[in-house]
Order: sequence, then structure tokens, then C-alpha cells
Amino acid sequence: MRTVTYIEALREGLEEELRRDERVFLLGEDIGPHGGVFGATRGLLAKYGPTRVRQTPISEAAIVGAACGASMIGAIPVAEIMYFDHIAVAMDQVAGEIAKIRYMSNGQVRLPLVIRTQGGGGRGKGPQHSSSIEAWFFHCPGLKIVMPATPYDVKGLIKTAIRDDGPVLFLENAILYNTKGEVPDEEYLIPLGRAEIKRQGTDLTIVAVSAMVLRALDAAQELEKMGISAEVIDVRSLIPLDIECIVESVKKTSRALVVHEAWRRGGVGAELAAQITERAFDYLDAPVGRVGGLEVPSPYAESLERQVIPNPAAIVKQAKELCNIFE
Amino acid sequence: MKIAKELKFQFLKTMVTIRCFEEKAKELYLAGKIRGTVHLSTGMEAVATGACSSLNPDDYMNSTHRGHGHCIAKGVGLREIMAEIMGRATGVCQGRGGTMHMFDVAHGVMGTIGIVGGGIPIATGLGLGIQQLGLGRVALCFLGDGASNEGAFHEAVNLGAVWRLPVVYVLENNLVGDTTPLREVVLIDDLADRAKSYGIPGVIADGNDVLDVYAKVSAAVRRARSGDGPTLIECKTYRWEGHQIGDPCVYRTKEEVEQWKKKCPIKRLKTHLMREKLLTEKRYEAIVAASQAEVDQAAAFAMDSPEPDPQTVLDYVY
Repeated sequence: MRTVTYIEALREGLEEELRRDERVFLLGEDIGPHGGVFGATRGLLAKYGPTRVRQTPISEAAIVGAACGASMIGAIPVAEIMYFDHIAVAMDQVAGEIAKIRYMSNGQVRLPLVIRTQGGGGRGKGPQHSSSIEAWFFHCPGLKIVMPATPYDVKGLIKTAIRDDGPVLFLENAILYNTKGEVPDEEYLIPLGRAEIKRQGTDLTIVAVSAMVLRALDAAQELEKMGISAEVIDVRSLIPLDIECIVESVKKTSRALVVHEAWRRGGVGAELAAQITERAFDYLDAPVGRVGGLEVPSPYAESLERQVIPNPAAIVKQAKELCNIFE
Repeated sequence: MKIAKELKFQFLKTMVTIRCFEEKAKELYLAGKIRGTVHLSTGMEAVATGACSSLNPDDYMNSTHRGHGHCIAKGVGLREIMAEIMGRATGVCQGRGGTMHMFDVAHGVMGTIGIVGGGIPIATGLGLGIQQLGLGRVALCFLGDGASNEGAFHEAVNLGAVWRLPVVYVLENNLVGDTTPLREVVLIDDLADRAKSYGIPGVIADGNDVLDVYAKVSAAVRRARSGDGPTLIECKTYRWEGHQIGDPCVYRTKEEVEQWKKKCPIKRLKTHLMREKLLTEKRYEAIVAASQAEVDQAAAFAMDSPEPDPQTVLDYVY
């Protein structure tokens, strides 16, 4: 085992797949000599050359569409979209083409592509560079979505995503890039569609997405001091969704709280809450709670932005209310 | 360019077949046999025929909502196209795509795409895949004058140019986008001029002269295959029918339509072949009769085919 950062683990995963399969290639803005604005592809151009690490113009629709077309004939592109917000420029290619082509062609083609991007705020990037908009794509049949929260998960999942028949939206959060964690020396893969219980508990199930997994774990420590034992589940994969893992936990704890950075209204938490209610109604002692981002475009000033993203205190407050402890 | 007479006869047959097919599709639609809407390419047969004929069977093509002619010219079976238009299980996509969304990978048809401009980045991607995998093939993209105003066109052609991808972008300029005349939405006369801003050749072809289209697209295909990158070929043409069946065509005059019908691509090739003493009226009529028979058989096949099994509705989401 080694300790690495999330971005190092991601880079290792990308490199291992580049080395393993010559059909795999990367494309995106500034991923060449600069190594990507977050360093995800640092050093890869020098090792693999400009046809395996392709630096593009600022052209999201072309980047995503090119990945679509190339994947349809057997190449394995991993496209980087610098900021999740930018994906809107490529919306037709993602939701109107990539999501639909396998179905409308009656299965004649596969699209073994990965689109990687990072969303989320808390770093003063302002309203157009801080969004968590996975809900837009969660709504689309035909897309797979993963949101790894730890170095171990990001490496195992990027390798699986690249090997998958696709198409996979691989959603990172830049606030996680410098977090550290252990990864094995030997190769490992994590399957899509598997959530993970990151912390065992008995009183409440907290289902968290991406960076909120870390906040939820902090919240769980606080809750423990108050005598509330919280089980924290890292969703990891939105589509396919491991609803069984979540429901099994809720049947044990009888309380559920979903936490995501994305805006609360219409966030994936709404779907999770509905599914938990449908499947575990008789086990619930309280409605399924949701903690989500404040419904504003993310403001720049810190005094404003810090109100937008759920923090451990907000999670603790909601959790206590679900446990009938009101302030 | 010297074009063998056998090839010219092939062109004639293909164009006549497309014409018969589109007229049959119109007839079936007006008889209530087709759901949704249909976008006919009547009058534009020379572009589909000349362009697709310059491709090898394993080259790729993608196209637009007005793609029946392109698919026919690329070799997709008439029966499978007609059945797809009629939403039958025997269609190229088992009825899932319909008239606007036809894929036939066996013939290199990597999608007719219903979003204007949506196929252009995908065509750039096909070129990228060809280059990555060293396939030695070419991707040909059909797009319309309207699509050249989409952002996706700009992004995709530029990327294709910069990476010297083996793509040929064939722009069918039929002077109108849906119900909006082109002259109201661009200030330039020749859309091929846009190629200059990407650093690639912009070529103009007479879209109603199949021999001119073939010569120019073939040159572009050779250029692409040799690794020199894409070309934008603007084929000037005209659609005889409205944007979709039932379009009252308020945006153009009957006189304009009649003027363009005089430039009928089939009539022009027929005249050329007769002048060259290669074709008689009798032989022409036999060609038309044969094509009509094939189209009629395709229609009968489609009408006789079942709809897709309802149980298959969830297949191939992933």
C-alpha cells in the first residue's frame, strides 16, 4: 500500500490503461505539456506522445462529439472537460447523441468512451465554475455516471470506466484532488454500480455523493459524540445505482439522509429519497431527509459561498432532526 | 476527370432509385402509412449519388434528417430503409430510429442524425477513430446550409482541420433551412468560403451535376485518405419538396421551384448519356421501370413486416 493524492491516483489509473490498451487515448484542453489544469495528465504526453494525449482547441462540442464518433468505430477515448459547467456547450453531444446512439441504432454500435470532468465549489471559482450538475445527466437513459470520492475509488473506478462498454460520465470534484488515501501496489478494479459503506452505524443511514462523503464522515464523528451512530454510504456510482446497498442499510437503521453538493431541488437526492421510500417505507421512522446545495448560482465572496455548500454542521443538524432531536 | 460509362450508368440508376423511393415515401405518408414526419430529398439525388459513389464500402458516412438518399447511395437496402421509415422490426434499426435516425454499420452508415449539426462532430470523431486505429478509411459527412450556422459546425470542422483528419464535409446548400431562406441568415453567397477560416480547401460543386459532384468529392476523398486532411465541399442544389411533407412552402415561389426543376439532375445525366450515344429512351425507361419495381417491392415488404416486439423496448439502453 502507498499513500497518494486523489489526483495522483487518477493519473496512475489513466496511465495504466494507456499502457495496457493502445486503443485508449486522451483528449481535452491543456492536457498536453501543461498536464491538465489540475495535473490529471501530468507527464503523460512525454511518455505517450501527441496521438495518445491529444490537446484540443477550446471546443467542448467537438471534443465530446469526436469522442463519440471515435468510440463508435473501436477507439477508446477519455475526454476531459475542464469544468463541469463547460459541459453545457456539449449538451447535445452528451444527452442527444451519446446517450441515445446505442439505443436508436438498435445496438449496432457501442460507445466505450469516458468523459471526465470536475465540478463542485468552495474554491472561489464563482458562479460559472462551481456547479455540480450530475442531475442533468442522471435524468438521461443511456449514460453511466460515477462519482468517486477517494484516491482508492478514483483509481479503481477510472480503470473500470475505461474498460467498460460505456458511455461513462466520470465526475470528480477538484476539492478532492489533494486529499490523500491509500492505494494497493497491485492492480485492482472497482465495478460500476456498487456503493460502499464507508462507516458502519446503527441509528441513521447517511447516503453521500462525492466530496460530501468526507463531510458526512466528519458529521458522523460529531454525531457519535451525541450518541447517534451514523452509517455513511458512499454512492460512488449513480448509474447503475446500488439501491440494494442503501435500502439494506435503511432497513437496519430506519432513518435516511441523502447529502450532495448539488442544489437540493431536483438533485439526485430527490430520486434516492423516492426510491428509499418506495422500497423501505415500512422500515422508516422518519421521512427521508435531504441536504443539498443552497439554491443559488454559486457566489464568489467567501461569506456567501460558504453558505452554499453543505458542511458537517448542516449534516449534523439534519441528522439530529431525523432522530427527533431538535434544537 | 474521366468517368467510365459503367459508372455513369450506376449513377443514373442510383439517382432514379432515390427519386422513385422518395416519391413512394411521399405517397405512403399521404396515405397515412407513416408516423411522424418525413423529410424528402427529391431533386438532390446527384449529391448523394456522386458523393457516396466516391467512397469504398468500408468508408463511413453520416448524414442528416434528410438522409434517405444518402443511405440508398451508400448501399443500404431499400427494404430495410422503407421498413425503418414505417417503424417495422425489419428496418435497419428495427424501427427504433425511424426516418431521421438510421444506422447501418454493415454499410458504414454511422447515423443519420436528427439534430441539425449534431452529426458533424461525430463525423470528426469517425475521422479521429480512423486516424487513431490506422484504418485507412475516410468519413464523409453530409450537412446542410442551415447546419453551417451551428456552433457545432465551426468546432467540428476546425478540429478536423487542425488534426488533419480523414473527413470530407459535404455541404448540401439547397438555399433554405426549414422555412428560412439562406440569404436571410448569412451575408455570404458561397458557404465554401467558410473553409478558409479553417485553413482547408473550400470547393464548390454543381450539386445537380452528378459527374461534377463525383469528381470533386473523389478528389477530396483521395486527399483525406492520403493524410492531408479534410475538405469542405459545397454542393449547390435545391429540394423540390418542402422541408417536410405538408410544408406549404410560404418561403419560396412556384416559379423558383420550376426553375430548379429544369436543372433536374436525372434529366441532366440522361441528356448527357443520350448525347454521348450511350443511352436510348427505351433503355432509360427500362432503368426507371426496374427501379420503380425495386421500390414497390420495398414498400410491399415494409407494409408486410411486423412492428417491433413490445418486449424489446428496454433493449440496448446500455
